[in-house]
Amino acid sequence: MRKRSIVTVDGNEAAASVAHRASEVIAIYPITPSSNMGELADEWSAAGRTNLWGTVPRVIEMQSEGGAAGAVHGALQAGALSTTFTASQGLLLMIPNMYKIAGELTPFCMHVAARTVATHALSIFGDHSDVMACRQIGFAMLASGSVQEAHDLAAIAHAATLRSRVPFLHFFDGFRTSHEVAKIEELSDDDLRTLIDPETIAAHRRRALTPDRPVLRGTAQNPDTFFQAREAGNRFYDACPRTVAEVMETFALLTGRLYHLFDYVGHPEAERVVVLMGSGAEAVHETVDFLAARGERVGVLKVRLFRPFSVADFAAALPPTVQRIAVLDRTKEPGAVGDPLYLDVVAALREARDAGRLQHLPRVVAGRYGLSSKEFTPGMVKAVFDTLAADEPRHRFTVGIVDDVTHTSLPFDPAFDVEAGDTVRAIFWGLGADGTVGANKNSIKIIGEETDHFAQGYFVYDSKKSGAVTVSHLRFGPRPIRSTYLLRRASFVGCHQFGLLDRFEILETAEPGGVFLLNAPYPPEQVWDRLPREVQQEVVEKRLRLYAIDAYRVAKETGMGGRINSIMQTCFFAISGVLPKDEAIARIKEAIEKTYGKKGREVVERNFAAIDATLANLHRIETPLQATATRTRPPLVSEAAPDFVKRVTAVMIAGKGDLLPVSAFPPDGTWPTATSKWEKRGIALEMPLWDAPICIQCNKCALVCPHAAIRAKLYAPEALLGAPEGFVAVDFKSRELPGLKYTLQVAPDDCTGCNLCVAVCPAKDKKEPRRKAINMEPRLPVLERERRSYDFFLSLPEFDRTSLPRDVKGTQFLEPLFEYSGACAGCGETPYLKLLSQLFGDRLLVANATGCSSIYGGNLPTTPWAVNREGRGPAWSNSLFEDNAEFGLGMRLALDSRADQARTLLRFLAPQLPTRLVDELLAEDQSNEKGIRDQRERVQALRGALGGLRGPEVARLDLLADDLVKKSVWIVGGDGWAYDIGFGGLDHVLSTRNDVNVLVLDTEVYSNTGGQQSKATPLGAAAKFAAAGKESGKKDLGMMPMSYGHVYVAHVAFGAKDSQTVQALLEAEAYPGPALVIAYSHCIAHGYDMAQGAEQQKLAAASGIWPLYRFDPRRAAKGEPPLQLDSPEPKASVRQYMRNETRFRMVEKQDPERFRHLLARAERQARQRFAVYRQLAGLTIPQVAVEDEEPALATTEK
Amino acid sequence: MDLRTRYLGLDLPHPFMPGASPLVDDLDTVKRLEDAGASAIVMHSLFEEQIRREQVATFLHTEMHGESYAEALYYFPRPESFRLGPEEYLAQLGRIKGTVRLPVIASLNGTTLGGWLGYARAMEQAGADALELNVYAVPSAPEDSAADIENRTVEMLRALKAALGIPVAVKLSPFYTSLPHFVGRLETAGLDGLVLFNRFYQPDIDPENLDLNRELRLSSSVELPLRLQWLALLKDRVRCSLAVTGGVHDGRDAVKAVMAGADAVQMVSALLRHGPSHLRRVRDEMIAWMYEHDYTSLAQMKGSMSRASCPDPSVYERANYMLMLQSWERA
Repeated sequence: MRKRSIVTVDGNEAAASVAHRASEVIAIYPITPSSNMGELADEWSAAGRTNLWGTVPRVIEMQSEGGAAGAVHGALQAGALSTTFTASQGLLLMIPNMYKIAGELTPFCMHVAARTVATHALSIFGDHSDVMACRQIGFAMLASGSVQEAHDLAAIAHAATLRSRVPFLHFFDGFRTSHEVAKIEELSDDDLRTLIDPETIAAHRRRALTPDRPVLRGTAQNPDTFFQAREAGNRFYDACPRTVAEVMETFALLTGRLYHLFDYVGHPEAERVVVLMGSGAEAVHETVDFLAARGERVGVLKVRLFRPFSVADFAAALPPTVQRIAVLDRTKEPGAVGDPLYLDVVAALREARDAGRLQHLPRVVAGRYGLSSKEFTPGMVKAVFDTLAADEPRHRFTVGIVDDVTHTSLPFDPAFDVEAGDTVRAIFWGLGADGTVGANKNSIKIIGEETDHFAQGYFVYDSKKSGAVTVSHLRFGPRPIRSTYLLRRASFVGCHQFGLLDRFEILETAEPGGVFLLNAPYPPEQVWDRLPREVQQEVVEKRLRLYAIDAYRVAKETGMGGRINSIMQTCFFAISGVLPKDEAIARIKEAIEKTYGKKGREVVERNFAAIDATLANLHRIETPLQATATRTRPPLVSEAAPDFVKRVTAVMIAGKGDLLPVSAFPPDGTWPTATSKWEKRGIALEMPLWDAPICIQCNKCALVCPHAAIRAKLYAPEALLGAPEGFVAVDFKSRELPGLKYTLQVAPDDCTGCNLCVAVCPAKDKKEPRRKAINMEPRLPVLERERRSYDFFLSLPEFDRTSLPRDVKGTQFLEPLFEYSGACAGCGETPYLKLLSQLFGDRLLVANATGCSSIYGGNLPTTPWAVNREGRGPAWSNSLFEDNAEFGLGMRLALDSRADQARTLLRFLAPQLPTRLVDELLAEDQSNEKGIRDQRERVQALRGALGGLRGPEVARLDLLADDLVKKSVWIVGGDGWAYDIGFGGLDHVLSTRNDVNVLVLDTEVYSNTGGQQSKATPLGAAAKFAAAGKESGKKDLGMMPMSYGHVYVAHVAFGAKDSQTVQALLEAEAYPGPALVIAYSHCIAHGYDMAQGAEQQKLAAASGIWPLYRFDPRRAAKGEPPLQLDSPEPKASVRQYMRNETRFRMVEKQDPERFRHLLARAERQARQRFAVYRQLAGLTIPQVAVEDEEPALATTEK
Repeated sequence: MDLRTRYLGLDLPHPFMPGASPLVDDLDTVKRLEDAGASAIVMHSLFEEQIRREQVATFLHTEMHGESYAEALYYFPRPESFRLGPEEYLAQLGRIKGTVRLPVIASLNGTTLGGWLGYARAMEQAGADALELNVYAVPSAPEDSAADIENRTVEMLRALKAALGIPVAVKLSPFYTSLPHFVGRLETAGLDGLVLFNRFYQPDIDPENLDLNRELRLSSSVELPLRLQWLALLKDRVRCSLAVTGGVHDGRDAVKAVMAGADAVQMVSALLRHGPSHLRRVRDEMIAWMYEHDYTSLAQMKGSMSRASCPDPSVYERANYMLMLQSWERA
């Protein structure tokens, strides 16, 4: 057998490594959890890595999965070997093309990190609902259950598709396999060449479309022929399973790893068998090994080739002794007789019996497990075997949840454990920003590659993007690891963030006598006393060995900033003894050298210094015989929280959402808003404090705050009664609104410490200009005082909305109805949403495209869209990524239709109602705040008047009366949606004359999925799929709808000119037709300190990179140029702008010469574009009067 | 006209060259400088401090947000060849050497010895014909004495001379208590050339915004006399070659600098303002001036107005202030 490399990779890399080597054209579109496969392929091609035949595969990012599938289909037709990677919704978008590819019998292999399809909610996690939506297409479907299998079966699929001409969908479980890091044996190029028969490639080439031998494919066929032609390909499907089996045999000869179409594991005379596919089969395998070793007659049948389903192979693989079968599906088909694998198994058994392949028909029950990466553990597996052993086994059960509504769930023992005793298990709690996960991935690599041990790592991330908590689950040991579930006990628990001890049960998994390593910002002698009582108790009861290090101090002293990863990694190796200490340290250093050596000595040296300083600072902490602390963990949510929040949300916040029963949930995905205020994470180390005498009360800080954590209020002095000590109030400086008090207050538990507010504060102390009106100060010393102050601040009355001017300052006295989101610290998107919620929140419907804004806007446990004291607030929904403009348009049409009905009913009932009320309800102006308030009062009056009337119309009008008040529809999304996947829909919606508003939060990159280029990515920026710097310029999205003539368009950047942003949002909303606001949003994917975001926005405008303008069609009718330029002639250079951001600097660092050319082009384009705008801004549209023309939008009734 | 000169051991057809600046970042500009007749190319300074800071900043900005959120394990592409710092400089040096036939003088800026020698050696290996050591730093630490600062510079020079085969010039600021004494020590340490003087980013106060502005203002001829004075005072006391930088904008300025003792004339502001071709214009102006005033070679005028050769050396020295004041009063 050949000697192969041992590598430590995740499932995505394992599959992509084969796919890249076996392909020539790769068209992709990013979607979690498959994005990394495409990214890796792109990185490899960018680095010149060749495929098996010596050429570098061409990797192209498309505008959607539909586009990727189209490109792949074309590439295949023209005779290339092609692949793609996708998941979930993306896979669904590929379906139409997949039918074509299959119908044309095209060798093609795609790799899917199987993910939940959005239903009542979106989920990025893993199950089979996406791939099961493809089972009818005609693709062969091959399932992998582990990282090694994802590698091996990828190779088998690529070889088999060429031989069989049946296209292959190779899939593995999203996250559980795609993101699990494991030690595997890597297939060599020679292995792949042996598997892939060159003659099959030649045959594929010969079938290619070429004018040298022209043929036609894609005809339209009619009733006379389609049917027969559709049956003409049958024999290819008949032959396919045999072909796959043959490739598997060849593969076994090569590698020693033998796969079958169906792999049976367990007791040779098993009576109870579980049938399933994917990673869950590994957990069953592990449990079966355990139970069978104890004499239980149990087994598992792992389905590898799900399509074409070979009845003969299936029947042959089952032990003849089998009496009862449980088929487990990781998907749900509501309303079906059963979930898909179950149906297939039932049919296959019956057919096999009829064909005489089975002696008897076993009893079959169906079960569902693991939706959206729900844990699937040996305890659950045992529960399935147990029910099979029952007199009357449960049918159509679920396992892994508590279903107290329809009572489908099997009870299981969470403590049931089958893991081998010699497996070392370690769990690490950290923050994203501290590098814990990266260090653990590296540790697995070191252990995997330096020892004979098998190694596995799995990482659980936060649903929040700021202050994100990570939990790393590591296993290593002498036996193959099949535990495809989280650690439930660990001999080593690392807590890299002291603050997490107050929020989570960190030691829950700690085994008695195990190690507890803690990063504590205290001297060793103080560590014990600082622990909460619950933690102390657990340390004592479990006799844990406690070690502590002040890693942040070590990091600071060695110039590592907040990166404590190599320090904590060194501690782990030093304490655990997995490797000899010196050897481990040498390996850590080697890894650092390898990762950063090419990127600069300084980074390497600082890491080395941190590692060298670690051991001297690591201390064993003596623990008393009992807990001594009086401090206990604070409650997770306030007592004041609503019942639902306390009952459901709090459990999720605690990380215990798995325990919630079905009855806790709404059946249709409807959730209450305004929950983020109950999740107090307190993630900031420093927070801004107000220095009132210096403040000029401009409210700019409040405007830019991404988390609505710094707020201004205006109130009568009497309201100060009962103010807590330390609450600061000053006279409001205003001639228009005299005699009022003003307070600027920070939410101490919601501030993320991003510094953006301090950076924009224009007021400086005249004696000491480094001090501003707000200054960052350590949070802990002022925490209690500021908590009291903030509570009091919130209790102050809101100022009358109708009397506040709609300028920057005035808007910040309006209550924000978007607060404390999970967006990144310093986010450049959320200030726009917060402003939107302040301006129109009480009448706002938001259609939100999938992306960052749908995640921080709608990811549980808590969400930021809030309600005011009247109970009004934004109603929000996320449909999909690609359809958001259409989704929002639908909302508008519904509102208009409801309002029409309400007006019709009002007119119908008018004779019975006060005439003036009816007239006003129908005719009054609602273009300003007062108009809205008056209309609401009229609706109130109408309801009163309706109270005395009877009849069906009365009831209908009562229901629809609120629709007489104007509603504001905003279609919100990022540039990936607006410029790429949703552009067609956006264009269509804008082309209609409906009153919708579109807000594009333009980060110039796919931020949520990790920085892939979009058509908004500027020239010269590095992004994934444009690693060397984007070659083409940014699409001028604003210019396009201007050509319609009836669309309001604005280009804004709050950091450059906040007043223009406010004005644009107001104008867009007021405009009685479609409006598009494109908003510059700085982003962590730009690579600089987000505190400088507003400053960088200024440079964007000043360099002409981001000109500010408003295009208002109404001006044209008045004989004025519709386009107004709001930023002056560029004064700064594009270079000045670009040099501040890593996304541009990266390009320069790779190839300075090329960057200079890109920069010059960017500079020219920016100037040219500005010059064009300047000319347009001087252009009036000649008004031509034509008889009988309907009035323009500007004058139509709203 | 014979404009030949010798600077840092290099025989040059004339003394005009671009001074250390971002001009040479662009190969096209380098080519245009050669076309404009530059006698050598001086590269911009490799800033040790800047390199370190940028390496760390890039590391933090690209790594800080990674591995935090399930949908985005990292936010930037990860190119395998990523040049941060000196590699880029060396590559540019190599490209310039490959593009032009002129001597190339590399430049280093730093204040400590650490990490430096490696860069300097690499520059020599990459083909630098000479090295300009820019020792400017703001001596803001009260614990640093004048002697400490001078000693460090001497040490650096000594180390560089020991490590390198190519000539080394030192570019100084005018702010030394006793420049002639210090220069003497540098010569003892092996100095090959002196570049007078550095110009720096000097912060200006923005009184309305209570802020500091850091912008590099381009020089003007007004700054030349300071250089002339020290060229004239040092010319006859040193063996090393002298270059003027800062304040030469036209042929007449150049004539003065050479008369004061400059072997080489470096220009930056004038070229940034008027483009690379201005170098030729200044040279032509100088030639015209020399024809007009019956000079036949640069050698005739070099150092003719130095302290030793000028009509009244005391004008360069102590009485200077009084005389200037009086002359101003007369005007």
